[in-house]
Amino acid sequence: MSDPTRNFVDFSNVWLAYNDELLANNQYAVEDINLQVKQGEFIAIVGPSGCGKSTFMKLTTGLRKPTKGTIHVDSQPVTGPLKISGMAFQAPSLLPWRSTLDNVLLPLEIVEPHRSQFKARRDEYVQRALSLLKSVGLEGYADQYPWQLSGGMQQRASICRALIHEPKMLLLDEPFGALDAFTREELWCILRDLWTEQKFNVILVTHDLRESVFLADTVYVMSKSPGRFVVKREIDLPRPRDLEITYTPEFTEIVHELRGHIGAIRKQSGSTTTASVASIAQ
Amino acid sequence: MNQKTIERWSPWFLLVASIVIWQVICSAFNVSEFIFPSPLRIWNQLVEFRATIAAHAWRTYWVTMTGFGLAIVVGVLLGFVIGSSRIAYAAVYPLMTAFNALPKAAFVPILVVWFGIGIGPAILTSFLISFFPIMVNIATGLATLEPELEDVLRVLGAKRWDVLIKVGLPRSMPYFYGSLKVAITLAFVGTTVSEMTAANEGIGYLLISAGSAMQMGLAFGGLVVVGAMAMIMYELFNYIELHTTAWAHRGSQNN
Repeated sequence: MSDPTRNFVDFSNVWLAYNDELLANNQYAVEDINLQVKQGEFIAIVGPSGCGKSTFMKLTTGLRKPTKGTIHVDSQPVTGPLKISGMAFQAPSLLPWRSTLDNVLLPLEIVEPHRSQFKARRDEYVQRALSLLKSVGLEGYADQYPWQLSGGMQQRASICRALIHEPKMLLLDEPFGALDAFTREELWCILRDLWTEQKFNVILVTHDLRESVFLADTVYVMSKSPGRFVVKREIDLPRPRDLEITYTPEFTEIVHELRGHIGAIRKQSGSTTTASVASIAQ
Repeated sequence: MNQKTIERWSPWFLLVASIVIWQVICSAFNVSEFIFPSPLRIWNQLVEFRATIAAHAWRTYWVTMTGFGLAIVVGVLLGFVIGSSRIAYAAVYPLMTAFNALPKAAFVPILVVWFGIGIGPAILTSFLISFFPIMVNIATGLATLEPELEDVLRVLGAKRWDVLIKVGLPRSMPYFYGSLKVAITLAFVGTTVSEMTAANEGIGYLLISAGSAMQMGLAFGGLVVVGAMAMIMYELFNYIELHTTAWAHRGSQNN
């Protein structure tokens, strides 16, 4: 937080091939990624299915090492899994034998330094988890089991689990993809509020252009095979943003513009039907 | 009587109905007791020879439980190794499948040569026949892990061991209890088969000696006792399963 202009995430000429065979055939999952993300910035990555968005997340968290190029996060070169990141996916993947509270506490049982202090500081951690659950509207559900919660509530708990160790970077891979439209918009606002309050970095991978424009500071459009960033679009809509903003002409114009880029990418890759372009844009 | 009550008592109704029909057929056609004894005859024999049967049954019971206990230890350990390492899985699994295809009764003569007549072959046969399902189920439970969840934990610095203990092992518990129910019934089969040729005690021995003495009522009585013991142990593990891994059975409870 000391220097807001500093780059928090820095990709320079990053290429990744998943194995030697693919490398020999020059088949990269992502190519020539250059990306600079400022401290506290909220970025969204959109693109067609299978364009390497999830690969990008694995690179950022250090779960995968790039074949070429370098990645820096928080001014440190990425050499292994980055503990300062929290992740959440489309499937909440909560553990059914743990209560919601215990699911949220799970990362603290694993990540250092909390791991070794878990027993001693358990009360404090429980308080932290409870207040996090409260902030996403799950007050009173701590002792319920995941299968007693609705899909939207499970996803909220999953986001709490990603945030419990106070990560500097939150990575979300289509977190709202499986939810109905109303629940999704509700969770957009919850995410917006958490981010506004705590100012961690967010990398949001999504199919939903409205979601990306509503939430992010910068939207990147990825192309498919090769997976590259082809468009960078700063979203200059004023903050704080309210759901009402999604009905303004400025908002719609940006969504249209991004949809145009995606349509062009899909034409290039030669598999275009207008219907599926529309479904991606939604 | 409502649907639930009927469902609960249905096995007992079926059992009683079968016994009644059996008795009726035997009495109506006057079937010889030396060919196919009636339930009444079996009951009389059970009562008459209760001390003998109880002694043989106790022997079969503790031999089976020893073999079964051995099967749990070995099955869980092997399952853990196979389920947690892809190399071990690739190496061990095909051999284990081939081994499982062998009829375990065929081992009895070999075991007799090694351990002599008595408890040795019986314990080992019940062990050999029952460890496989335990091993396979533990391995399956450990190996089926959501990749996203693994990412969530690995990024926090979780080692393989952490993932196994926190996620893999609890996840494999329903599989484990499920396998115990299968394995305990198999273990009784193993013990009985072995006792038939390689022991002077136990229900298996009782079956053979009653059969050769044309005491069909007693032989059937022995079968009833083995069946009852296996059933009781099955229900015991079923009970334990339902009360320790309720989260895996929520569907049936909510409906």
